[in-house]
Amino acid sequence: MAETLARSTVELGYGGSERLTMNMGPQHPSAHGVFRAILTLEGETVVAVDAVIGYLHRCHEKLAETLTYVQYPTIASKTDYVSAMTAELAYVGAVELVGKIDVPKRAQYLRVICGELQRIASHCLWLGTWCMDMGGALGGGATIFLYAIRERELILDLFETLTGARLLYGFHQVGGTRYDIPAGWAQQCRETLAVITQRLGEYEAMLEDNAFFLVRTQGVGVISRELAEDIGVAGPLLRGSGVAYDLRTAAPYSSYEDFGVRVPVESAGDCYARYRVRMAEFRESIRLVHAALDGLPEGPISSRPGVKSVGQVRIAKGEGYSRIEGARGEVGCYLVADGGPKPYRLKWRGASFSNLAVLPHIIPGHKIADVVAIMGSVDPVFGEVDR
Amino acid sequence: MTIAYHALVGFIVLNVVIGMVTYVTLLERKFAARMQSRIGPYYVGPRGLLQPIADALKLMLKEDIVPTSADRWIYNLAPIVFLIPCILIFATLPFAPGLGVADLNIGVLFFLAVSSLEIVGLFMGGWGSNNKYALLSAMRAVNQIISYDLPFVFAAFVPVLLAGSLQMSVIVEAQRGLWFAAYPIIGQLAFVMFLVATLAAENRVPFDILEAESELVAGFRVEYSGMKFALIQLGEYAHMIGTSFLGALLFLGGWLGPGSDTPLVGALWFLLKAMLVFLVVTWVRWSFVRIRVDHILALSWKLLLPATLVLLLITGFVVAVRGPHAG
Repeated sequence: MAETLARSTVELGYGGSERLTMNMGPQHPSAHGVFRAILTLEGETVVAVDAVIGYLHRCHEKLAETLTYVQYPTIASKTDYVSAMTAELAYVGAVELVGKIDVPKRAQYLRVICGELQRIASHCLWLGTWCMDMGGALGGGATIFLYAIRERELILDLFETLTGARLLYGFHQVGGTRYDIPAGWAQQCRETLAVITQRLGEYEAMLEDNAFFLVRTQGVGVISRELAEDIGVAGPLLRGSGVAYDLRTAAPYSSYEDFGVRVPVESAGDCYARYRVRMAEFRESIRLVHAALDGLPEGPISSRPGVKSVGQVRIAKGEGYSRIEGARGEVGCYLVADGGPKPYRLKWRGASFSNLAVLPHIIPGHKIADVVAIMGSVDPVFGEVDR
Repeated sequence: MTIAYHALVGFIVLNVVIGMVTYVTLLERKFAARMQSRIGPYYVGPRGLLQPIADALKLMLKEDIVPTSADRWIYNLAPIVFLIPCILIFATLPFAPGLGVADLNIGVLFFLAVSSLEIVGLFMGGWGSNNKYALLSAMRAVNQIISYDLPFVFAAFVPVLLAGSLQMSVIVEAQRGLWFAAYPIIGQLAFVMFLVATLAAENRVPFDILEAESELVAGFRVEYSGMKFALIQLGEYAHMIGTSFLGALLFLGGWLGPGSDTPLVGALWFLLKAMLVFLVVTWVRWSFVRIRVDHILALSWKLLLPATLVLLLITGFVVAVRGPHAG
């Protein structure tokens, strides 16, 4: 276990130096939404952190019980609004698993394309906001942020052409996808990816040759392999700590086994390692989209085309857990069906939620400035944490 | 006669400075926007030229809020205490030969001494706000400004030694043959160190740990609103321009340039050079991430301060051997 103490064991008695308790959040420029960290400081050094969540709770699981299988996928995307495609896919995947509904090969490939594009868009936002946390909205961080947002816009343009929406798509439906790619979209997609590939090199040149960036990230917020496994962090955090675990290879879904996903791993476990993992994931996602576009089979896009009413899709009684690799890690959906058009019970497993649990273990001992760097490197989306 | 004359010149310079500060913000915003592939302020007036006026008006019209638990006297005084030294530094800066408030024979010393007084205002603001973010920021301010004033002063003393005078106009005239920024090795190194120390003394990214809006929201000025906020902002930019002016005077030959015998052309050259220094600083600002407080202190005490001291020593030897650098 880690040397530092978790929330339950920190005694805030007089420790020989003067301590200051400071609220960081829920309204704070680096709160990434509404996160409240109660920091106990000795000078600039954080000695304890109490993470408070729940400010964005919207009863998602209860809401799922009141909406039909046709209606909910659009709402599911609101759990993780930065990575809406994968959130939808988790729900739709659970329904298909419980209902034993087949998905045509073309739809599976389309899901891969959208999932990977979404990962790129999500990582773009992460890179921008993280650098802004470290560099300030009135400094170099804002420059990277605007660059990254510029690239994210290109992906959102693709999604807009595909679905008509830019943030929450409603692209997936039970049994396949709702839309097929329009004419010329594949070409537009390839051009966009070429632009992004080139600009990734620019970011890396701008950040990795910058001594200030390295000094802010290397050796900061180290998550040891043991701690990562104990807490159950997922996604880039886990892979940044030396665990080669990715659901796209560990438990392939939606035909991911066709592409031979290469899982990037870094062993240092610090912010810089997580940055390296995500930068490698950018490139891997770009490769996957190209591969999926190359191998896109002909055929139907859904096994249940033309849903006539919102209550039409019913699945048999049963339960199941489907999990996918979202941009932030394992997104899971546990579904209990009772034979009706609505789920009996739904449970979300948000990647950000379990990733956030690592904060009280790694933050103590760091300076205030590192708190925001570490928080940013965890990449929490509070829609997914609080649900 | 002389008092009235100086008062008049002082009044003009004060207004020129305030006008410049207002428009330098626009320059910086436009410059940053270009760096970030944006357009920047565009809608207020032709091509956004009235944006600073609109900003100033907005701040004047805003409600002035004093937190109930603030230390009212200190809180209300702080913006003024902060602003005065920031404006006062322009007193000894000549824009062109004979164009300036007072060309003191201890001009550089006056500038350095007065500009380091701003820390008092910063600390008052941070303390008087009775806010934890502001308090931490004030603590950082004291740390940082004390650390960086020393290398700043030492780097600025290299041209002083080379020219053999503390008087701005003498220093500028000494650069008639060769700008000190181009003086082999000593001058070049001193200029680079001066720029770094300038960044820190002005609290700009990567050294803006006082403001650090991603950590401390807005630092010492988090509780300030309306005109008090505007005064702090004004002071900060005035300090920034003042330091850019000093850089242009000490290292870039001030008003020297083709046709600079005419005071107005000289003043134009001077402003151009000062804006060049300002834009370099801005360029750095918009490309770096902020560094951490302990790194900032380490950089100052372990690297910059010894380096500037050694440089000053070497300059002393050079001057002793070759005599002051004459124009």
